[in-house]
Amino acid sequence: MNAVNTTVASGAETLLRALKAQGVEVIFGYPGGAVLPIYDAIFQQNAIRHILVRHEQAAVHAAEGYARSTGKVGVVLVTSGPGATNAVTGLVDALMDSIPVVCLTGQVPTHLIGNDAFQEADTTGITRQATKHNYLVKRSDDLARIVHEAFHVARTGRPGPVLIDLPKDILINPAPYTEAPEGPHRSYRPRTAPDLTRIAEAVSALKGAKRPIIYTGGGLINSGPESAELIVHLAKLTGAPVTSTLMGLGAFPASNPAFLGMLGMHGTYEANLAMHGCDVMLNIGARFDDRVTGRLNAFAPHSKKIHIDIDPSNINKNVVVDIAIAADATEALRALIAAWKQDNSRQDTAALAEWWRMIETWREKDSLRFTQSFEKGAIIKPQHAIRRLWEKTQGRETYVTTEVGQHQMWAAQHFRFDKPNRWMTSGGLGTMGYGLPAAMGVQIAHPDALVIDIAGEASILMNIQEMGTLAQYRLPVKVFILNNEYMGMVRQWQELLHGGRYSESYSAALPDFVRLAESFHAVGLRAESIDDLDRVIDEMLATDRPVIADIHVDRAENCFPMIPSGAAHNEMLLGPEHESSAAGITDEGLVLV
Amino acid sequence: MNAIVQETMRAATISVLVENESGVLARVIGLFSGRGYNIDSLTVAPVEDDRRKSRITIVTSGTELVIQQIKAQLDRLVPVYRVSDLSAEGPHIARELALIKVIGAGEKRLEALRLADAFRARVIDATTESFIFELTGATDKLDAFLELMRPLGLAEVSRTGVAAIARGTRTI
Repeated sequence: MNAVNTTVASGAETLLRALKAQGVEVIFGYPGGAVLPIYDAIFQQNAIRHILVRHEQAAVHAAEGYARSTGKVGVVLVTSGPGATNAVTGLVDALMDSIPVVCLTGQVPTHLIGNDAFQEADTTGITRQATKHNYLVKRSDDLARIVHEAFHVARTGRPGPVLIDLPKDILINPAPYTEAPEGPHRSYRPRTAPDLTRIAEAVSALKGAKRPIIYTGGGLINSGPESAELIVHLAKLTGAPVTSTLMGLGAFPASNPAFLGMLGMHGTYEANLAMHGCDVMLNIGARFDDRVTGRLNAFAPHSKKIHIDIDPSNINKNVVVDIAIAADATEALRALIAAWKQDNSRQDTAALAEWWRMIETWREKDSLRFTQSFEKGAIIKPQHAIRRLWEKTQGRETYVTTEVGQHQMWAAQHFRFDKPNRWMTSGGLGTMGYGLPAAMGVQIAHPDALVIDIAGEASILMNIQEMGTLAQYRLPVKVFILNNEYMGMVRQWQELLHGGRYSESYSAALPDFVRLAESFHAVGLRAESIDDLDRVIDEMLATDRPVIADIHVDRAENCFPMIPSGAAHNEMLLGPEHESSAAGITDEGLVLV
Repeated sequence: MNAIVQETMRAATISVLVENESGVLARVIGLFSGRGYNIDSLTVAPVEDDRRKSRITIVTSGTELVIQQIKAQLDRLVPVYRVSDLSAEGPHIARELALIKVIGAGEKRLEALRLADAFRARVIDATTESFIFELTGATDKLDAFLELMRPLGLAEVSRTGVAAIARGTRTI
């Protein structure tokens, strides 16, 4: 190895200096040959803390959890070849959910690129469509500039994952440090300020609305905590009901009486019918995802649609709207509120009162209702387990992550969020195995908070190795497994759409989760019937160590309401607690995921 | 509802001004293939004196909504400076170049030469049994010439794809 030139730092040292200048305090990573120079530099400093995961995919999910719970950029460090390819799932997850992440990957030396060298992969090629942008550093002079630019791209406009591929010779050779450049980027200029003419049109439409609705999404979370205050203010001014996507939960408080609950495939009856029957819809920070819209030609059929989104390519992509405003949510909300106060036209208060009366009758349906028996030895209903968990965490600063499936939907329905940045879930990609590493990232960011991963027994096995990370860093994450011995959501679809043919959806050969927890130096708890539930939750919450709570729940329970694929909002199924609603599944619906 | 809603397809000639760095073309093409958009023709070359920027000209087709999507998706790419839908923004000129090999003898050979003259194609290679014509023009002019050469011994064609530019003083 060459002695480092004492007047110019090595690439690895310059890299760390640039990260520090960008405010990075934590890196989630896993070492390997190509990144040894960086690990050597990390060892010799203590400004940036490194968290060693047990699988590179988990490093990216941890960075996502860190980012979503703080608003900062999550940082990942993995080696070349398999390190980088293992990170791809996490990168696509961050891309779909618009999470700011910078992923540093090692690479073989520049003169070996393209030679099929050991642990070489075409990382930039593979991740080109998995990231918002990516870079390969070919010249040492570019290293610092690229790092600064990567952070800028990750956190501005619509946030997203950015990858920097770092050949080993670039890390070893001297690389000059340059400050982050002043002034705007030469080609990348995201627009955040709203067009005030459109804002005035939007206000005019809302003032004239007889049945307005506000549809909020993850864009509010990304825009920052001020947007959560502003949306409450706007809802109060307009008197409109508010619904939220899966990704937006917590931006508008669930306890606010104007909140209708989540909408979409497993949304509440009142949220979906209000969306279907509205005459003016304001979408702020959501992207009309297919889980929300159902059949597009029957989506909010009689409404004027206003869409506020920071990404112009989201506008008119799935749903054609009437008033399109490309802007940051906070800036748009400020403008809307100001314009509302300027506009002197009166609302039709009688019509609004009638609208709310209709909404109240829908609320009376109590579409999330379930029946938990409290007889001795009765089986636990998954919805009750979530409800109870939520009740017992009131008053504590609680962050919730989830895996993917029925438990995720029940968590979204029954765990009510009043603040943003408290709910971390894989929405767009739906990655099983997201929750445990994401919870790790959240706990690192918030060491004193209560962090719970609500999981299914199938999902939790996908990144179970991260229990080792929890032990190493003493992260008292609570893993709350709703164990129904099936991949619940898959089983539900097989029951409803595939004649009950449960193909490969049974969780066979499950481990003993209590002994598994203990083998990972954690506490293991089990609740087998309703008799155990409260005691297990209490013990879990009182234990200042990592915990796995294996909660055995009713395996026959299905997640309702449900809008089957290809159906419309007013064709939702309500489940056995209610008289079931109309439609069956069409052939077109069958081919949709 | 919104006036954009139309089901008819149209062709669009889109010029994109991009950073001239490796991977940018792959990114643009990956965008088209990943989202299932058509690329009917594509040309790319550096444009500035210092070669820091390149111009990619793509001919694509789709409904109006799809074309709007393509433009928005291109515009949000980090190395993209500007996206210009030449076919929608006003009068523009589109040209292609083709190198056309025709192999034949006798009457067919003479006819090929006469037609080339009529089209103002240049002869850039000649043997006693073959010609190579160079023809520049709009796509349909090239298509018409190739149709005529088909029965006269058309052997091989190498086309460049469309380069396009707005008329008058408008720049990208």
